[in-house]
This record gives sequence, structure tokens and C-alpha cells, in this order.
Amino acid sequence: MSPLEFLRRYPVIPAVIIVTLLVTAIVGDWIVPHNPERADLLVRHTPPFWMEEGSTDYFLGTDALGRDVLSKIIAGARVTVLVVVAAVGTGVIVGTTIGLVAGYFGGLVDDIVMRIVDAWNILPGLLIILVVVLVLGQGLWTLIGVLAMLSWPGAVRLVRAETLSLKSREYVSLARIAGASNSRIMLRHILPGVINIVIVTATLGTGNIILTEAALSYLGAGIPPPEPSWGRMISEERQYIDAAWWTSFFPGLVIAMVVMSGNFLGDWFRDRFDPTLRQL
Amino acid sequence: MGPFVARRVILGIIALLIAMLIVFSLSRVKGDPRYFFIGEDSVGLDPAVWEEWGRRLNLDKPVPIQFALWMGDILTGDFGDSVTTQRRVLAVIREKAPNTIQLGIVAWLMGTMVGVPLGVFSATNRGKTLDYIFRGFALFGQSVPIFWLALVMIFVFAVNLGWLPSGTKGEGIAIRNFVLPAVALAWFPAASYLRITRTAMLEILDSEFIKFARAKGVAQTPVRWKHAFRNAIIPPLTLSVFVLFGLLNGTIIIETVFAWPGLGRLAIDALWATDYPLLAGLTIIYGVAFVVMILSLDIVYALLDPRIKYN
Repeated sequence: MSPLEFLRRYPVIPAVIIVTLLVTAIVGDWIVPHNPERADLLVRHTPPFWMEEGSTDYFLGTDALGRDVLSKIIAGARVTVLVVVAAVGTGVIVGTTIGLVAGYFGGLVDDIVMRIVDAWNILPGLLIILVVVLVLGQGLWTLIGVLAMLSWPGAVRLVRAETLSLKSREYVSLARIAGASNSRIMLRHILPGVINIVIVTATLGTGNIILTEAALSYLGAGIPPPEPSWGRMISEERQYIDAAWWTSFFPGLVIAMVVMSGNFLGDWFRDRFDPTLRQL
Repeated sequence: MGPFVARRVILGIIALLIAMLIVFSLSRVKGDPRYFFIGEDSVGLDPAVWEEWGRRLNLDKPVPIQFALWMGDILTGDFGDSVTTQRRVLAVIREKAPNTIQLGIVAWLMGTMVGVPLGVFSATNRGKTLDYIFRGFALFGQSVPIFWLALVMIFVFAVNLGWLPSGTKGEGIAIRNFVLPAVALAWFPAASYLRITRTAMLEILDSEFIKFARAKGVAQTPVRWKHAFRNAIIPPLTLSVFVLFGLLNGTIIIETVFAWPGLGRLAIDALWATDYPLLAGLTIIYGVAFVVMILSLDIVYALLDPRIKYN
């Protein structure tokens, strides 16, 4: 296989971006070129290194207080990864459990669950999040909670549909004849069959969660202030867009790259695991 | 079709109940709910007024009764007074709503008129360079944060080139002011429409009746538009529900970026000023708008495609 063909067949670039993000999130403290919170007004609004007056000291330039943009982006990676992984993880675990139970038992439970899921999809999500933030205040846990609240229904529908088709298979009946309990059948025999769908929904949902998180932080309702955040970097520096475009340009570019990689990987997983889901 | 509509109406009612339940219980989970309604004036407030507020919010009754009474107020259109402006919440919303609706409609039209034709084009030119470019645009459009896109557009078209204003709506309907916010808002929907139309078209173009039409000698253009496109229109239409939701959410962000005097901007102002009654009122009004939109789309959908079974 030629290198070009390899690049076409496997999502190498998106995978590299996501892995870089994860590694950065873990080792960020050791690789930041400058302390991301230390202000130095003497070097404020230094442009990126390739521009006149720029220096390789501050690779992507500095912000209005002279803080290094690259270091702030690196520091923001950890919070973003933490929030997104926690939110998507909670949402997917809750959604999968509900979907499994609803699909497996069917009947009234299933009816009620599906009505709630349908209704949940037409809630004014962003505004409800804003009400939550207004009442409980900005906070990491609040943010994770509200983002998880947005992401659970996605998994329910798909997991339930797959459970419905799996539970009528012969091997499930045989397991029941062999005396397996309901919970054992669900965990050992049905869950492994739906896990592909769970991975696909989780990956495809991640992009949207990152975008929502960034938007909330931009609006002042996301990651609380002492923590570095890509969304807030953009909102703090938006007034200097004419004088120092790099301070808000690069964080946005990073968000876009990460989300694009997530969406791309999600599409790829979906096509690979189950081409019938292509409509998603 | 009657039972179908009835089911959807019930669904809408459940959604609104959930929204109201969440909004109401939030006001009761943290401290005395009176603080949310009185605001900063509560320091050194006359105890008699404090008691009066307790009565007005029915705090002497059990919580479920409080919820029922609050819901009764909402149903009769009484959303209370905004804390910051001391005006009726509904009056404030009514004043700002046209600005948001205008922006939303312009953005929706833009998104549809760009996304759907490009999707058709992309499908009919599958595998060619333009197909790749359009798909790249779609992937990009679904991945950029729209507030950032808006800032980049302000930087390019307002600051550097000076072609368009960087914000606010101005008097009446000035097209110049609409361009940047509407384009920023339409970007994501255009990308979604493009992707889904392309997939739907590819599927239809692959079906037997298209091959038959081709075999019998129907020209390229009528095959694409008359035979294929008509049958591929349902998925983009279904998507419209989500696009409209996305637009309403998007207005909150875009109106903040462009200082657009609409409901989205109002919501963020209410958040920053901890104006609970106003934000709660906006949430419920948006909820109602969602439900009305999904209902009307469902009906259009059912009318357009007789194959849909109503169950």
C-alpha cells in the first residue's frame, strides 16, 4: 500500500490530532514554554513568530496582558479534555443503560422512556443550560452535568433499537434456557453487541459537546475563570481583533481542528462498524 | 392523520412540562426563591414587602402546589416582571422577538438555498474535484465554532476591508447589517443540508427507477431534478427541525457577537444580570416556539410524503 493510499484509507491526520490533544492534556504542565497565567505587560500583543516584531520566544504571540497564547492553548487542552470526556462519558453510560433496559424489558417502561427521549430532543437545551448556570453559578461540575444532560438521549434510541433486534436472537433465548438472569443477559450477551454503536455515537457526539462547551465559555457560562479555556480566550480578546488577531484566531482554529478530527473519526468508525448507520 | 397530529401534540406538551419542571425546580433548589425575584434590592428590604413576595410566590403552600400555581400563571401569559428593567417579561420578549425572527428566517433561507443545491451538485458529480471541495466545506462548516467564524468575518469584512458593519441592527431592515450575522448563522445549517442532501441523492440516484428513466432516454437535467431530487427531499426536510433548533441556539451566540438587539442577546444579558424571571420566560417561550415548529414541520412532512405511516 502506497503512503498516499494509506492516508486515504485510514484517518491518520485526525487520529494524530486527537492523540496530540490527549497527550497535551496529560503532559501540558511540563511542555508549556511559559507560565500561561503570568502576565508581562512589556511584551503585550507580541505577534506570532513569522511576523515582523514577532519572536520564536512567543511562538503564537501574546495576549493583551502579555501571556503566551501557545501556553494558554496548551493549558486549556486539559480542562477541555476533562470536561468533554466526563460529559460524554456520563451521557453515554446513562444513555446506554437506559437504552438497554428499555429495549430489553419493553412494555410500559419502554413507552415512557421513549416519550421522554422524544420530548427531551425538543427542549430549548442551550437556554435551560443558561438557567442552570444562572441559578447554580459557573462551575466545572455544573458544566459537566449540563453537557451530559444534553448528550444522553442520543445513545438511548440507537442502543434500544439494537437491543430490540438482539434480544430475539437464538443465542439470547439459549442463555435464558441455561438459566442466565436478566442482568447477566443484558451485560454479557447484549451489551457486547451494542458497544459498536455506543462508540460511534460517543465519537460523533464529542464534536458537538466541544462546540457547546466552547460557546458556553465564550458566553461566560462555561469553564469558570481561573481555569484556562479556549472559548473564553476568544471572548476575552475579541475587542483586540483589529490590533492582535492572533489572540482569538488560534484558539478558535484549535477548536475547529479538534472538532473536525472528532467528526471525521466518528464518520470513519460508523462506516467501518456499521454502514447501515450512514444516515446519522 | 388525526391520531398522528394528536400524538405529536402530546409529545409537545410533555416537552413543555419537562422544560417548566426543570426551570421551576431550579428556582427552588438554592436558598430562598425570593432572591431571584427581588434582586439586589433585597438588602435592607422592608419585611412587609418580603412577606408580600412570599405570598405572591405562594411560598406558604407545598412545593407541588407552588408549581401548579406557577404553571397556571405561565399558561395565562403571566411571566412576572424582569428584575433588571421592572417591565413585564412578556412585553420585553415581544419587543425583541421580531429582530430574532427576521435574522433567523434570513439565515434559514440562506442555509437552505446554499446547502441543498450544493448537496445535489455534489452527489451528481460524485468523486470529482468539486465534490471533494463541497464535502470539505461541509465538514469544515460543521466543525468551526460559529462565534469564532463570526469574529474572523468581522476581522476580514468589517475591520480590514470595511465593507460591512461589525454589529447592531440599525434602523428598520438594513440589508448591510444582516449580511455578516446571517452568514455566520447560516454556515452550520448549510453544511448540514449539504451533507444530508448529498447522501439522500446518492441513494436515490442508485435506484432502479432512475436507471430505467436513463435507459428510456430521459435527459440528465430532468432525471436529476424531476425524478431524483423530488424523492430525495424528505431527509433534508426532516433535518429542518434540527436546523431550526440549531438556529435558535445559534442566535444566542451570534446576537452576542454582533450586539444584535434580539432574544438571544436578551438571554445573555439576563444571565449576566441574574434576571431569573426574564431568562425563565425566554426559556419557556423558546420551548413553545420549538414545539410549534416541530408540529408544523411534521404536518408538512406528512402531507408531502404519503408513504409515512402515522405510528
